[in-house]
Amino acid sequence: MVRTFAWLTLREALRRRLLQALFGLSLLAVLLTAWGYQQLSHLPPARNGQLTRDDVQLLAGLVLILVMFMFSFVLALAAVFAAAPSIAGELESGEALAVVARPIPRSSLVLGKWLGLTIVVVGYAIVASALEFGAVLLATGYLPPHPIEAMLYLAAQATLLLTLALVLSTRTSSVVAGVVSMLLFGLAWLAGVIGGIGAAFRDPLIGQVTVIGQILLPSDGLWRGTLYSLEPRDMLIGGAAAGPQVAAFPFFAAAPPSLLYLAWCVAWVAGGLALAVWGFGRRDL
Amino acid sequence: MTTVVETLRLTKRYRGKLALDAVDLTVDEGEVFGLLGPNGAGKTTAVKLLLGLVTPSSGEARLLGVAAGDPEARRRVGYLPELFRYPRWLTGREVLRLHARLAGLDPAAWDEHVAAALATADLASRADDRVGTYSKGMQQRLGLAVALLGEPRLVILDEPSTALDPLGRHELRGIVRGLREQGTSVVLNSHQLSEVEQVCDRVAILDHGRLVAVGSLHDLLSPGGVRIRATGIPSERLSAFGEVAPDGPWLVIRGLGEERIPELVEAVIGAGGRLYGVEMLQPSLEDRFRAIVGSP
Repeated sequence: MVRTFAWLTLREALRRRLLQALFGLSLLAVLLTAWGYQQLSHLPPARNGQLTRDDVQLLAGLVLILVMFMFSFVLALAAVFAAAPSIAGELESGEALAVVARPIPRSSLVLGKWLGLTIVVVGYAIVASALEFGAVLLATGYLPPHPIEAMLYLAAQATLLLTLALVLSTRTSSVVAGVVSMLLFGLAWLAGVIGGIGAAFRDPLIGQVTVIGQILLPSDGLWRGTLYSLEPRDMLIGGAAAGPQVAAFPFFAAAPPSLLYLAWCVAWVAGGLALAVWGFGRRDL
Repeated sequence: MTTVVETLRLTKRYRGKLALDAVDLTVDEGEVFGLLGPNGAGKTTAVKLLLGLVTPSSGEARLLGVAAGDPEARRRVGYLPELFRYPRWLTGREVLRLHARLAGLDPAAWDEHVAAALATADLASRADDRVGTYSKGMQQRLGLAVALLGEPRLVILDEPSTALDPLGRHELRGIVRGLREQGTSVVLNSHQLSEVEQVCDRVAILDHGRLVAVGSLHDLLSPGGVRIRATGIPSERLSAFGEVAPDGPWLVIRGLGEERIPELVEAVIGAGGRLYGVEMLQPSLEDRFRAIVGSP
């Protein structure tokens, strides 16, 4: 039954043209950024020979980080607003009543929705990132050091956020689930920035804000994994030379997330799903 | 006779507020059972408790011999919710195929079941159109087709005719009678008294969550009476014929049978009264319902 609901969710995304809209807009964004990368090679210092090919590639690497940051936000938004109405919306409209009254466990609806949405969001994250990496490669010859890892971290971040929205969707309205999820996503990112400032100024108390934020909602921890995977080698060397103050810079990660942290992210998603199944199973419809 | 629905002191409280109060009910196999009550009486709560959509605060319910709440109890049950909505992006046929899968029907027989349900609900000509293009009445017909899919043993219809036109309501009554002839039990939750009166074998009346009356239509129907319009005769002179109550310019004599009308007319004329009209009052569920729930 989980597969039935996953397949239904996929078909809904296709028939309602959610995927087509996302891919269409992403393609437009990729073309625009490709044009931008192309222009880096034509900047006056580059034309005058003041910028080497390596300099242009470093510049392209920095721009790519900013583009991917924007993309991670769009992806988070898409994941949250696809998942937030998935259960709550069907309860509000009455669509879920006839389905749940069938001889099926309620958990199959929750897990099937999660699986279908995850396939949509992860598929979108990977295809759109691959297109963007292809664009920068074609325009400047630059490819980030760990493109596959970057895609996977982005996809994991989106999966985590859709899980959060789905959990809330089983107990609250679509609007509340969407708004609260985005608010928590923003707060988690902010906690990472504030904690970085604390680390730069060697304030252990403020530095702990990052740790606590990244445990409670690991989206920022995963974003830092994306960031690390995208950072050009020269940037990493420069960051290491700059000392602890570099932690205050929100677009720099000195190390990738640990395996233990990644295991926590998996446990977080599994725990979220268990909570969604438990909550929806006990809810009066 | 097999019992298909059984509740034992079934009670539901929502945040302390009593929605259903210790209701005991049974529905037998092949019976069309009406659940009546004013808005907020607890009818939909009762239906949702039976289907495991809501957990009871106390008491228990069994469906086809299995505890309500166990998905197995719903294997041979069809349900049309009061708030009916189906995915707008699917076609009617796809909705039915989805429900055939969810109901656990044999995949080899899906097409046959779907075609039968579409024909019964008179939707075959629009089966391959998307639900988003259906009118509200057609969506309710689709809900009916979903509820009838796979020859269920029990069909629960929660306000099934709210979006139907008069012709659709007539067809619905025909469908319910057809189900009874096939031996399918039906629980019909409605506040359309005429609908219940025309198709139900037994009726339960709920009010403020309590079961205030239950029985066959024959038991529950008011005894009827005779209505006369006359002048020059005090109502006390007619009390020998039954309970007399004013009804505008008319007098209603409750419980008086048709065979005593000539005697009544003679009494009015004999006492010097002038008679302008006499009519039989048919026994009505509405009168009984109003009397039970205390509505004017």
